[in-house]
Amino acid sequence: MKMDVSLCKTLGNFRFATEFALEGSRIGIFGPSGSGKSTLMHLLAGLHKPDQGSIRIDGETLFDDTQRISLSPEKRRIGVVFQQAHLFPHMGVRQNLLYGYRRIPKRQRKIDPQALIAVLGLESLLGRNVTSLSGGERQRVALGRTVLSCPRLILMDEPLNGLDEGLKYQIIPYLKRVFDEFDIPLLFISHSLNEMRLMTDEVLEFQAGQLIGHTTAEDLARRRMGNSQVGYINLLPLGEYRQIGDLHAYSWGNQELVLSVSGEGAAGMFELSSKDITLFKRHPEASSARNLLRCRVTKLFGAGNRVGVEMECGGQPLVAQVVGEAVDDLGLVPGRELVAVIKASAFRRLY
Amino acid sequence: MFDFTPTDWQAMELSARVALTATLAALPFGFAAAYLLVFSRLPGKALFDGLMNLPLVLPPVVVGYLLLLLLGRNGWLGGLLEELGIRIIFTWKAAVLASMVVGFPLLVRSIRTGMEGIDLRLIQASRTLGARWYDSLFTIVLPLSGRAILAGASLMFARSLGEFGATIIIAGNIPGVTQTIPLAIYDYTGAPGGEGMALGLCLVSIALAFAVLIFNQLMVKRLEREHPQ
Repeated sequence: MKMDVSLCKTLGNFRFATEFALEGSRIGIFGPSGSGKSTLMHLLAGLHKPDQGSIRIDGETLFDDTQRISLSPEKRRIGVVFQQAHLFPHMGVRQNLLYGYRRIPKRQRKIDPQALIAVLGLESLLGRNVTSLSGGERQRVALGRTVLSCPRLILMDEPLNGLDEGLKYQIIPYLKRVFDEFDIPLLFISHSLNEMRLMTDEVLEFQAGQLIGHTTAEDLARRRMGNSQVGYINLLPLGEYRQIGDLHAYSWGNQELVLSVSGEGAAGMFELSSKDITLFKRHPEASSARNLLRCRVTKLFGAGNRVGVEMECGGQPLVAQVVGEAVDDLGLVPGRELVAVIKASAFRRLY
Repeated sequence: MFDFTPTDWQAMELSARVALTATLAALPFGFAAAYLLVFSRLPGKALFDGLMNLPLVLPPVVVGYLLLLLLGRNGWLGGLLEELGIRIIFTWKAAVLASMVVGFPLLVRSIRTGMEGIDLRLIQASRTLGARWYDSLFTIVLPLSGRAILAGASLMFARSLGEFGATIIIAGNIPGVTQTIPLAIYDYTGAPGGEGMALGLCLVSIALAFAVLIFNQLMVKRLEREHPQ
């Protein structure tokens, strides 16, 4: 998808002004609350009218004040998934899902409702009343409803925000599957770095109504390591597991990680902070920590007064953080062999 | 208990017919007015709002007199209708019109409250899913204000049953033609020995109004449960 945007909008004391051109299919809009992310979404979808500017997507002009073009929301074919699901309360799940599908011309119906229902795991919900759904279920139905309207682009406005902390990431695999399977460009709005890294390829960074950077989520995460309490978050896709006593050993690349996570083990995405990795020059014979991994330094990067150590561990990337002095003590240079020590309890399951 | 005369029965039947017709005829206008007040960005909205509510505070007699000026033989609308062979003044249609005008603010207020409870995002969602504004209006706004419409309609129906001031001025008090329950009561109180019959009609009037108000309360309660503020 190619997008060419130049927009100006004043709302009370807040002034939103931006100009960007991009090409891609997984784009993140990142910034703190009040940075103009939602304003951008409303302007793109045609829910607010810009004071001036233009919006062009794949060569088609959706808005241009100089040419007096302003397509109404239903003609823009831009789907929106709001923070709260906003399902129609007087309709059942099936009617909600098919609301948009029934309103598009037959030749535009590129997505088969049955296929989508299967991908989102909605079969058992179809006959239900929307008021009886859980937060995650509601958000899945809302996503399905939007996808079935076969839009040229989907805007998601902090879709995980309304969900419980423990469950919010569980919807991510559904999102990924939908966008992989049905090939719809996505504009993902969020202030969560983790969500950005899981869902987007490139990121537009906003602050106080201005575009301040065009980067990747990975880059943002590294930059933020310097002033973030939680450090850099390693996102680790872990595979098969086996039980060792009350611990789980998950396969990670061509090695294993030992985790003490509660509940049923299954393959999934886990997070590990760069702060929870201790680096040793030589193999410590024994340690209370359950993971002693041989790694090789591939790159060092600075972030504030900390140094990020990017390593390669059995074919998998891992980022640890150290202070400047440790760089000298350990003789950290690219190519250096190290042992990374990680406690079994340092991992947290995302989904 | 009460030995109602055929004219009394006619008054009751006419009251019901007038109130029902007035309510049904006012519904589309009431819905449109509430929609404009809640969702539109009209420049003169405050003025429009005031005008809508005026019949609520004006003496009904004033409303009746203004309608008479408008619809009388010399009024501009009355003259126009007369050329078309339509006569409204002193027919039961005039009673309907009087009830419509006097009860209209109640209907609009109730529908408006219901509409204000609708999350704007639901309408936005429907638009981004491909619904045009009128499609949204009929598939989202109308069903979600259904109970408010019902509550408003019942309130207006009850108000119409009791309409007197405006009715007597433009519809007159013709037994069997324009005489509704309140007008019949008025006649009985002026006639010697009519107290008993007046009381009988009063009780009928109370029973009808009370039944309608209870229905209205039930509707409002259900609405509050579904859209807690």
